[in-house]
Amino acid sequence: MQIKETSGKFCGEALLFDEKPLLSVSDLTTCFYTDAGIAKAVDRVNFTVNPGDTLGIVGESGCGKSVTALTIMRLIPEPPGKVRSGKIVFSGRDLLQLSEKEMRRIRGKQISMIFQDPMTSLNPVFQIGKQISEVIRLHQGLSRKESLHHAVALLQKVGIPSPERRVFEYPHQLSGGMRQRAMIALAISCHPKVMIADEPTTALDVTIQAQILNVIQDLKTTIGTSILLITHDLGVIAETARTVIVMYAGKIMEYAPVEDLFERPRHPYTIGLMQSVPSLEQETERLPVIPGLVPSLLEIPAGCAFSNRCDHVTRQCVNQEPPLFDITPKIRCRCWRYQ
Amino acid sequence: MPGASGSQRSVLARMSRHVRKHILGALGLGVTLCMVLVALLAPLLAPYDPYDQDVAKRFQPPIWHSEGNTDHVLGTDHVGRDLLSRLVYGARISLSVGVFAVSIAATIGIVLGLLAGYYMGKTDALISYLIDMMMSFPYVLLAMALVATLGASFRNVFIVLGLTSWPLYARVIRTEVLRIKEMDYIQSAKAVGMNDIRILLLEVIPNLFNSIIVICTVQTAAMIISESFLSFLGLGVQPPIPSWGGMLSEGRTYMLEMGWLAALPGMAIFLTAMGINLLGDGLRDFFDPFKRKQG
Repeated sequence: MQIKETSGKFCGEALLFDEKPLLSVSDLTTCFYTDAGIAKAVDRVNFTVNPGDTLGIVGESGCGKSVTALTIMRLIPEPPGKVRSGKIVFSGRDLLQLSEKEMRRIRGKQISMIFQDPMTSLNPVFQIGKQISEVIRLHQGLSRKESLHHAVALLQKVGIPSPERRVFEYPHQLSGGMRQRAMIALAISCHPKVMIADEPTTALDVTIQAQILNVIQDLKTTIGTSILLITHDLGVIAETARTVIVMYAGKIMEYAPVEDLFERPRHPYTIGLMQSVPSLEQETERLPVIPGLVPSLLEIPAGCAFSNRCDHVTRQCVNQEPPLFDITPKIRCRCWRYQ
Repeated sequence: MPGASGSQRSVLARMSRHVRKHILGALGLGVTLCMVLVALLAPLLAPYDPYDQDVAKRFQPPIWHSEGNTDHVLGTDHVGRDLLSRLVYGARISLSVGVFAVSIAATIGIVLGLLAGYYMGKTDALISYLIDMMMSFPYVLLAMALVATLGASFRNVFIVLGLTSWPLYARVIRTEVLRIKEMDYIQSAKAVGMNDIRILLLEVIPNLFNSIIVICTVQTAAMIISESFLSFLGLGVQPPIPSWGGMLSEGRTYMLEMGWLAALPGMAIFLTAMGINLLGDGLRDFFDPFKRKQG
């Protein structure tokens, strides 16, 4: 019942934009089969990414944002993970139906990914130029020399000073920010259509965060890559994303354009998140917190997943899971209050 | 590109700077090179044929002894063979046993360790079972039993030593692969579309070099010692072929009166083993990117 209803919603959503979506995820469910039980890390998730768009996914640790990204890349370790249902349509093809070999041709070339920790995402024993040129050689079959030239140009593009010297350096010789730039250079080396950035700024200093976000924004305009930005940082979302998904316990709680979300958050969870960010305008002694803890994926409440922490909880919330209600054609919210 | 020729020159420059900075590693390199040269140039260096017996001249003391003479710098053994010549030829046997045994063991151990660590599951269960089984058995004892069955010869010694010592490599490599496999750069290699073989060759194996160098050098020394151990027990290289272990074994009979007969081959084993171990340490530091400064 639920599945049918949400996928119906998804079709409506796709019609909203005149552009054809580049990536559309529908009804995606990813589970992990553990000894303690089945954890639904991603639960019937629907969204679309349009060409040149930036979609932000925000949520606390363990809400399923990274698993969503890894599922799109088909990098979920199986077992214990399994994609139980859904479609990931990219450029007209369902990624979940592709063979591993076909998928490898898409990874890095058409969809690339930046990981959270630039300190460990680069291979410590190779010069960064070699690592970037390896990817170029893999997908474009260029010679060593040509691909190294490309690597220098890419490092220049992401704002690494004196790139012709830096290509011969090892990851540990670069600072965190520089390494993340190198990671971005690696991710854009084959001009991907979609770049998934999984917490790209979390491990970095605040000033460096801003620089990295600028680099990502610039690249979006220069090479026209769509970005799927995953973060727990609302500030990063506000600066970068155009549409935002708020995830909680593997489910989409709210789906809204970024201005609407910040102007008028609707879901109690989103409101709680917004309130727990310090504001410059008003002085507060203590920040409000959302009571309780994120439930373990093995013990999600029966009704609304947020019901055990929500201020507005009703009997209906406890007993019945709310669907994603359409509030306006562009805004959706999983809460009975918007019935 | 400035890189191609530039990086080659800088490798040499880095090497010489490195050697100057790491005295022990350089010492190891020097000793090992000396031993290899001695082994290669044995016919030129040895003053006598190592098999020539002259009973009239048996038990001549070495030159530093009051009765020593310059005819036989390190003296002669119980059948009057020149000890220096035997030591020089012995280097050939000992070093080649070390190198061959390590090559065999490293090939088997590294391949099995990689398979077990990378694929896990049933492959790992089977290989780990094999490793445990082999390791629970004292390998020198196993080697002794095998050599005793196959017959003692130079070839059998290194084959047996190679076939019995691989579990050490497999276990170390497996553990290292398990660690490396969880690193983010493996995930990002997958995310750029590399297949398993590429990931193994380009991401995993290069990160294993340090461990491989360390085990191989430590094991080369251990194999040389094992060979002398087997020869000492009469199960190694058979007389009259000069091997350090065999000479040590022959010399022990005269230990009290003519200590040098056992001490000199012992010294040769000790020097070689130490040289190779020091070289291994030096190589590990040299290949560690974290210890390379701007280069």
